[in-house]
Amino acid sequence: MKDVRIWDGTPAQPAGTEPELTRRSFLRTGVAAVGGMAALAAALSPLRQLERDEIPDLAQFLQKHYKEMTPTEMEAALERIRDKVEKRFEVRPHLRDVKPMDGVEFVYALNLSRCIGCRKCVHACVAENNQSRSPEIQYIRVIEMPRGTLDLEKGNHHYERPTIPDAGHFYMPVQCHQCANPPCVKVCPVEATWQEPDGITVVDYDWCIGCRYCEAACPYWARRFNFAKPTLPKEQLNTNMSYLSNRPREKGVMEKCHFCLHRTREGRMPACLEICPTGARKFGNVLDPDSEVSQLLKTKRVFVLKEEVGTLPRFFYYFDERYPNSLDPEAIAIADRLRAEEGDAYGSLPGAAGPNRNYIAAAQPAWWDGSRA
Amino acid sequence: MVGRESRVRTYLQFLYRCFRLSFVGDQRYYAWMFLLTLLVLLGINAYCKQLVEGLATTGLTDQVSWGFYIANFTFLVGMAAAAVMLVIPVYIYKNHELHDLVIFGELFAVAAIIMAMLFVTVDLGHPDRFHHLLLRFNFPTSMLTWDVVVLNGYLLLNLHICGYLIYCAYRRRAPSRLFYIPFVFVAIAWAISIHTVTAFLYSGLGGRPFWNSAVVAPRFLASAFAAGPAFLILTLSALRRFTTYEVPDKAFLTLRNTVTIALSISMFLLGSEAFTEFYTNSAHVSYATYLFFGLHGHHALVPWIWTAIGLNVIAMVLLYLPISRRLGVLQIACVMLIVGIWIEKGMGMIVPAFIPTPLGEIVEYLPTVNESLVTLGIWAGGLLIFTVLVRVTVPVLAGRLTFDQSFSAATAPGVRVSHKHTHEHAGVTP
Repeated sequence: MKDVRIWDGTPAQPAGTEPELTRRSFLRTGVAAVGGMAALAAALSPLRQLERDEIPDLAQFLQKHYKEMTPTEMEAALERIRDKVEKRFEVRPHLRDVKPMDGVEFVYALNLSRCIGCRKCVHACVAENNQSRSPEIQYIRVIEMPRGTLDLEKGNHHYERPTIPDAGHFYMPVQCHQCANPPCVKVCPVEATWQEPDGITVVDYDWCIGCRYCEAACPYWARRFNFAKPTLPKEQLNTNMSYLSNRPREKGVMEKCHFCLHRTREGRMPACLEICPTGARKFGNVLDPDSEVSQLLKTKRVFVLKEEVGTLPRFFYYFDERYPNSLDPEAIAIADRLRAEEGDAYGSLPGAAGPNRNYIAAAQPAWWDGSRA
Repeated sequence: MVGRESRVRTYLQFLYRCFRLSFVGDQRYYAWMFLLTLLVLLGINAYCKQLVEGLATTGLTDQVSWGFYIANFTFLVGMAAAAVMLVIPVYIYKNHELHDLVIFGELFAVAAIIMAMLFVTVDLGHPDRFHHLLLRFNFPTSMLTWDVVVLNGYLLLNLHICGYLIYCAYRRRAPSRLFYIPFVFVAIAWAISIHTVTAFLYSGLGGRPFWNSAVVAPRFLASAFAAGPAFLILTLSALRRFTTYEVPDKAFLTLRNTVTIALSISMFLLGSEAFTEFYTNSAHVSYATYLFFGLHGHHALVPWIWTAIGLNVIAMVLLYLPISRRLGVLQIACVMLIVGIWIEKGMGMIVPAFIPTPLGEIVEYLPTVNESLVTLGIWAGGLLIFTVLVRVTVPVLAGRLTFDQSFSAATAPGVRVSHKHTHEHAGVTP
């Protein structure tokens, strides 16, 4: 083994003295330090493009968790958000913090014999909840399933046929199942997502740190992350908004279906239900024995998706037993009418049904991603 | 009071000298540090772009929401945990040959933990809200909070143990056993815990069948105890090559045994997992099918995993053969298995759990250039930290950087010092 010299051989000096600082070594150190700082500044330079409204001000930085805010603090937060929205969208939003109603637990039921796969619910949800249009974020995914199976891997997410509903398939919309035992809530390290007394799992967009653990934990692929700054044309903003639901989000936070709580907690129906042309969607208070959903749960042979994962969904599916071999003829008739009325727009595939590849490409040199060519 | 003041001054002088020493070296040292600094700056630049554009600069999607960052995080937690594979022989089996080398394992643990934490941080959409962890800490429900606790604890434990022993050597003082032996034993258990908790992070998710397996934690530990000591073999080889520090052959042979056994167990567990998946052939086999053979025409991970398995098998054969008693061959085997395990545990463990998605959609994932630069930057930063730590530790343990000598003694041309001779003043003898 040969010895390797580590230094240029300055002779050892008696204890207590430090080597002299020569002019040459001083200059060398200075040049290296200045060069290093310049290189660091150059490396940090992209930060100059950070938009002003994306840098949290002190009030936002110190804003408390939703559950810890006093009514006054909440009002201040709401006012701050109103200002921000007004600045960005040039309209003052009707923003408030809509609280759950007593004695209410919301439940969804979906008649798979009536869903024609038209995806109107997907679009209505995006419009109602101020989701980003580019890249487009959607809470509802409609899967075209071959008859005779519930194996989701056999489904087609990207169906685009002018003839829907296809006779050999049924159509299965999936959105947040508002589980009674939600794994997403369990895993969140900062309690930015929780289950409300009316069963809706919500996200505090101002508290989420964007670790995406909840997205990994969800067995229904119901959560969406803002990988980029969400964009939304001014004229398309829905100004009826609530703190825990459809107020505009920022990049780097999680969002999800919240059963349109700013509507449903005030006695209205969710946007996806309201738009559904066939009446496949049913929604209501399961604690009220006379509600439509309570009756459906009692009289229909309902099932939940992936019952084995033990999440206890509040989203139920059922087939109409009167039509074992096809969709409800009434729904098919509605589909025929819509197809005639709407032409190409009917059942169209929404913008970001696939991955956000268009967005990723922007950050990639052309030689890297062949799909851009 | 005077005594305390001068003690503080000695400590500050120690820190200052360590700082100064990290800028002193030969041409190769400068070249290596320059390269690492350059990569760190490239990484910082790429991360700044990510801060501006969002995580859209990565290849991640809602379908595959964790990727390269989390894969490297997982691998590095294992590397950090593996420091115990040096500690256990010394403190439990009283293998004194390895004694002074333990410190290098612990120093690497420090660097690895810092890298692991950086990987989690760059994966966050809102790093500016990091303090929310302190304000609403979802402990003990969220496994991620467990990870925060154990990783920080492990970092502190190792900083204390290394820092204390090195500073005692600097002061030419025998360390007080009470001050570090209890911490060493706590650190042994803690090391197991960091990788177990990291495994539970994944295996506790019922919605991800690929991870939802009891064998994930044992697999993580086994693969870590192969890759970590393998990296230490490479580090000790570098010490032997580039410094005057004497590394006994026995150290390499002990570590070789550890690596061989751990790699064998790791391969066995991988085989058990594969058997259970493919023989059962239930609906849950899709993820493993995607990983090993491709699914419905999508094959992005297939070349990765077979490369990993090939590297690991060749490394294992080499390790079992007497030929790997030669340092050169041992080094090759170590490099192969580190790369193999990095792939198997990173891309091979994290990504396939997302493909297909819980709703059966197949979207593939590849890291982008920007994401790779951030990753490279963190690795370079970790190696930079580790290099500096080793660079200042070697002269201290060799008795050339002590409180009663001038700074230039540390930088003077080294005389090869056997670790046996340094026991008294290095003071790390039990």
